[in-house]
Amino acid sequence: MWNVGSFLRVEKGFQMAEKSDSKPEITRRGFLSWVRAGWIAFTAAAATGSLSAFRFMFPNVLFEPPQIFKAGFPSEYADGMVDTRWKEKFRVWIVREGNLIYALRSVCTHLGCTPNWLSTEEKFKCPCHGSGFYISGINFEGPAPRPLERVRISLAEDGQILIDQTQIFQQEKGQWSNPESFLII
Amino acid sequence: MKKLFTVKNTQIWKSIFRHGPPEDRRNRSLAVLANVFLHLHPVKVRSSSIRLRYTWCMGGLTFFLFLVLTVTGILLMFYYRPTVEYAYGDIIDLREQVPLGAMREIHRWGAHAMVISVWLHMFRVFMTGSYKPPREFNWVVGVLLLVLTLLLSFTGYLLPWDQLAMWAVTVGSNMARATPLMGTEGPGTALLVLGDVKLVHAGNDARFFLLAGRFVGAATLLRFYVLHCIAIPFVASILMAVHFWRIRKDGGISGPL
Repeated sequence: MWNVGSFLRVEKGFQMAEKSDSKPEITRRGFLSWVRAGWIAFTAAAATGSLSAFRFMFPNVLFEPPQIFKAGFPSEYADGMVDTRWKEKFRVWIVREGNLIYALRSVCTHLGCTPNWLSTEEKFKCPCHGSGFYISGINFEGPAPRPLERVRISLAEDGQILIDQTQIFQQEKGQWSNPESFLII
Repeated sequence: MKKLFTVKNTQIWKSIFRHGPPEDRRNRSLAVLANVFLHLHPVKVRSSSIRLRYTWCMGGLTFFLFLVLTVTGILLMFYYRPTVEYAYGDIIDLREQVPLGAMREIHRWGAHAMVISVWLHMFRVFMTGSYKPPREFNWVVGVLLLVLTLLLSFTGYLLPWDQLAMWAVTVGSNMARATPLMGTEGPGTALLVLGDVKLVHAGNDARFFLLAGRFVGAATLLRFYVLHCIAIPFVASILMAVHFWRIRKDGGISGPL
């Protein structure tokens, strides 16, 4: 507050001087409203700057594999097999059982590691904490609390399988009955 | 002795040390107060507060380990490149191709030791009731420093870029999904929707902020490197200055009652 007081002392001098040469008067009220506007402008600028800096941490382009990709023709997939050809690049297995094809995310539902398909033991096994899943994706051992997730699967216009990882289907929510979560050929 | 006396009479010495030799109380106080590094420390301490059985010197050891980690960390930065191509190879080279290959081990074990000493320091402070007023604010600063220590540990974990690093950080950062309102799977996040559109999703939540992507990748390595080497030590240094200063301002190290 002392600087406002010292301003007041200055102001008295101003007023006396101004009566003689009639310059526009700086009143205490007017000065304080400028101070207020100044602080509002400063706060707004600082907030905008901080928000921009925060937004800076979220890039516009990700150098990650696309979430939607074509996975070849259904005839390329053998019956009763887990196909691991897309696992490394897209983290997806494609499983064919008879005329049913579905795509499982290779992400353990425990803490997100990548399980391995053990063909001799016919199960997905996670190396991090030992969760095990049947070929269907249902969990049966280890700490995983729920089955693996399916991703959207459909046929593209050229007859290839189209995988869309932006949409996932969870068995425990009854979403595996959704026709987009599997493919009948 | 005569020679030293001459050195102390030179203009250079006197320009650095403005006070006389610490032979009386005034000059002993000035020796501490006139030094930017020492002035964080109180001029006088109780005899009880230098009793090792009471303090375990754990705060001091933590600070010492921080200094060791800073020095060894800077040395490691001369060789390590935080890219997917080079990171793991550089870590191996630090052991095999660089003189004093133990430098990385000193950094690693020092980091483990610092986490342990921070916990022991907190344990001592808690058991002696030193968190009570007037020191309650400094306890809060200390808790923030604990969090920063753990974050330093966590970000440093990824830098070797081996399987352990990769999956440990995958697992660890998945916890950020459960952040309230800011993680995709956190409590309250489901309420943040505009019609059918989720406002907080895997592409903009707290985990994405940490990883700079939807999973641990090249951008994560660089981001953790910057956090580990610059951002977190910077904030920690400021908080440490506050922490030490407040010990002094809150009446020094607490003594036995």
